[in-house]
Formats: sequence, C-alpha cells, structure tokens
Amino acid sequence: MNFFDWLSGATAVTPGEDRLTFVTRDMFVKAIGETLQMVGVALVFGTILGIAIGATLALTRRGGILRQPVVYGVLSVVVNLIRSLPFIILLVAILPFTRLVVGTGIGTWAAIVPLTVMVAPYIGRLIENSLLEVPAGLIEAARAMGASPWQILVRVLIPEARGSLVLAITIATIGLTDATAMAGTVGGGGLGTIALDYGWQRYDAFAMLVTVIALIVLVQLIQLLGTRISRRFRRR
Amino acid sequence: MVPLTSDGHVVFEGVSKTFPGTRRATGTVALRDVSLDIAPGTIYGVIGYSGAGKSTLIRTVNGLEQPTAGRVLVDGTDVASLSGRALRDAQKRTGMIFQQFNLLETVRARDNVALPLRLDGVGAREARARADEVLEFVGLGGRADSHPGELSGGQKQRVGIARALVRQPRILLADEATSALDPTTTGQIIELLRRINSEYGTTVLVVTHEMDVIRDLAGRVAVMEGGAVVEEGAVLDVFVHPQQPITRDFVTTVVPQHLPDRVRTDLGGAALWRLLLLDDQVVQPLVSTVVTELGVSVNMLHADMTEIQEHTVGQMIVAVDGPADRVAAARAYLAERVVSLEEVDA
Repeated sequence: MNFFDWLSGATAVTPGEDRLTFVTRDMFVKAIGETLQMVGVALVFGTILGIAIGATLALTRRGGILRQPVVYGVLSVVVNLIRSLPFIILLVAILPFTRLVVGTGIGTWAAIVPLTVMVAPYIGRLIENSLLEVPAGLIEAARAMGASPWQILVRVLIPEARGSLVLAITIATIGLTDATAMAGTVGGGGLGTIALDYGWQRYDAFAMLVTVIALIVLVQLIQLLGTRISRRFRRR
Repeated sequence: MVPLTSDGHVVFEGVSKTFPGTRRATGTVALRDVSLDIAPGTIYGVIGYSGAGKSTLIRTVNGLEQPTAGRVLVDGTDVASLSGRALRDAQKRTGMIFQQFNLLETVRARDNVALPLRLDGVGAREARARADEVLEFVGLGGRADSHPGELSGGQKQRVGIARALVRQPRILLADEATSALDPTTTGQIIELLRRINSEYGTTVLVVTHEMDVIRDLAGRVAVMEGGAVVEEGAVLDVFVHPQQPITRDFVTTVVPQHLPDRVRTDLGGAALWRLLLLDDQVVQPLVSTVVTELGVSVNMLHADMTEIQEHTVGQMIVAVDGPADRVAAARAYLAERVVSLEEVDA
C-alpha cells in the first residue's frame, strides 16, 4: 500500500502485507475536525473572556481611566495564577469544574473547557498590552470630548488597537493549537492524540509525519490569515 | 453674576493644583493661586516655558485636570466641582485641539470629525454630513476620505479643529496647537482660529510658548512662571511695556532688543538709546529733525516694525553723539515724541 492508496481511503491495517500505518484516512480527517473544533470553540469563548479581562486590566491599572488598584491587583494575580500552571496540570486540576460545565470529564468538549480557561487569561494579557499601545493623547482627546470610559474603550481603544489585537489573537490561536495536543489525556482526540497514540506508542512513523505536516500547515495558515487581517486593519 | 447672553465666559478663581508626591518623589506644585477672567468672544493667550503650568491651567477648563483649590467657572458653572455625567456634559460644550493633533489613525478624516457627534448618539449618516460641512469650513473639503497618515501636519490640525468645532462649542481650547508646525502652516492655523473667533464669536483660549503666536492671535495675554501668573494685560501693552524679566525675554523673541557685543564696543562713547514708537509716531521724521535742528550725529543701528492687534509698533536703536547739552536736548525732544526712550547698556 502506498500513500495514494491511503489517501483514497484504503484500510490502514492489512495483515501480512507491508503496513503503511495504523491510522486510516477517515481517522485522520476526524482528528483534524476535532482539533479545529477544540481550537475554534475555545478561541471564541477565550476571546470573549480575554477581551473582558484585557479591557478590565487596561482600564483599571494605575494611570488607566478607571483606576481601580484593588480590581487590577486581584485580576492580575488570578491571571498570573492560571498562566503559571502548565496546561497538562491545569487540565487535570480543573476536572471537577469541567464536569460542572459540560457534564463530563471525557471527550472533546471536556477538553474545550480547560483550553478556554487556559487561553482566556493569555489573550487577556495580550489584549491589555495592545490597548496600552494606544497613545495617551488619544485617550485624553476622547476624555476632552466627554466620552465615557465605555465609549473610550469601544470607540477609541479597540478600533485603534485592532491591528495589534488581531496579531495577539493569532498568537493565542497558535498557542491553542499547541495545547490541543494534550487533549488526548481526557479523550479529547485531535491530531495530538494520533501523534501520541500511534506515532509515539506504536512507532507509526507515517502517522507521526502526517500529523506533523498537518500541524505545520495549520499553524502557517493561522499566521498567514492573522497577518493579512492585521495588515488590512493597520492600513492608513 | 454672568449675563445669560455672554456664554463662553471662563473665570479662574484662585486656582491651585498640586500633583501628589510618591514615596520617592515630592509633590509638584503646577498652579499657584491663578485668577483670570477671560471675556466671552475674545482670544486669550497664556504664555510660559515648559513646566510653567499653562497646560495644566487650560486642562482645568474642561475637567481634564482637577484643581486642588479654587474654582474654574465656565459660564457660571464651577467645572472643578463636577464629576461623572455632569462633567462629561460640561466637556461637550468645550472643544479642544492639541499639539500632536490626537486623531484616530485608523479612521478617515470625516469619521474623526464625526466622532464627538457619534458619542452623543447622532446617527452615522447625519454625523458624517455635519462633519463634511465643518471640514469644508476649515478648508479640507476635498480630504474628508483621507486617513490622518495621508495628511500633512497642518491638515491634521485642521481635522483636529474641525473635530473640536463639530458640536459648535462656545469655547475652544488650543494647547500648543501650532508648536509642531512650520512657520507658514502656523500662520494659516492662526488665521483659521481668528476666523472661528470672528465668525462664531467663539472664546479661544490659547496656550503657547511662542510669542509670535500671542502677537498674531491673542487680544490679552497672561505670562506664567512657576505655576503662577506673573503678568497679565492687553497684548499691545505687554509688548510695549513688559514688566517682568520673563516677559521681556518673550518680547525679545519677537522684537529683538540686544545689540551684538562687537557693535557695542565699536561705538565708543556715544549714547545708545532704544526708542519705541506706536502707530502714527512711526511716521515722524524724528532722526532728521534732531540731526538738522539740534546738530547731533545719529547713527541708526537697528529699526523694525511689527503689527500687534492692528497697531503698528516700531523700534529704533540709535547711537547719538555730540556735545553733552545738545545730546540732552535731543533726548528731551525724542522722549516727548515716542512711547518710551531708554538707555541701552553698552
């Protein structure tokens, strides 16, 4: 069996013959789907939470327009706390919370919860930095116009920072793709599971190679898309 | 009591501002007991070096800075006492322009100008239409679709001015609005600010470190040093009779008063006088009269003329030589016919 037979959907395991791989094409396609699902869903929820966290950090910090040192301090510590845990540990540590949210500790959805919890503070920090890049003079001009803090955020900070926000979210998306490799721990599936269960455990070099190529292509596409969108936003 | 008709009236009453210190640095006094009355519909200048407190002062008018003491009355309302929504409503009645323009880089000129209206809940279509009208007024009718990055400094400041005007405020605050611009562009922006003042009766409060901006734009001026107003008056008076050393320094930047050292030493014992002339005095045949009728020799070292608030201000520095009694007579003759005559230290 050669690569093209595999691509046409031939069964992976043919007893007695030279074996290309344990992984069928359909298993592989399913794994890509699971990876995309985990990245996509965690990204949507993580971005929503991340924008809220990032905006709160940027506005409440010392010198920010809302100046709430206590709020900033507490949130900042929580963010650092979550970010100091390696994902594989976070994944296991919050299992009770995951069961509470999705009703199970196993499967793709059970992986999405810790992925979201991991990426939201990460996106939050990146967004905080993006918002802080907006020149202070612009914020002052908006204050002089009588803009409320909410209006300054929505009409000045986010539009002016959007190019750098897109780049921040691009970085986070790649970080998410990275983390999905560990989703196998809770039976989340995805490309990482193929690489570990077949490529690593069964010395299936083909499975490993295809997974690696797929991940490289995926990350390149994410970066390309992010750079494109960001450039369009930055165009002056 | 402020009459209802005279809106655009700004009064500073004993305004002081101290920036609190930290564990490492002591507090900074930015304003010391500043009291000024800015009449509605006038153009008022505040001049000082950096750190004099002038930017802090102008920012108390629209609540960007809160004074630690005193009141800032804008049409009878103490802005310093406002906060939250009341402050934001007060801010909407005042326009402000900045040295660095502070435009949104990601949106077109039109949307920059429309922003204050959008904040007020005006629909996009109407806000843009009104923005276009104001851009037309400031002479940027053709650049409404440009992004700020595509505009020159002068054009950016015009967008800033249009944005400040779009709500038709009674007060326009200009914080070093021409300091980032070249002389020609500065002149155009000054012309535009004068036109806004004369056509709409907008009170314009200008903060600058450039005396020629004060000369060309303001009717009255306050000179600030170390957070305090050290001199205040009609611009013409301040130019002709500067009282404080710092004011003289500023006047000198526009009307030179110093002779090169070389010239002074070469003159020997001749009397050196600086004459200041106003309006009709500049057309008198002063020099020829003292030469022919009093028989002294007059060496004209310097002469210039400048226009301040529609008045002509002339200056001459002359070296006068001759017998002592004749020089004294010449001095008496000239002193009667000019605004001021003073010895220039040789």
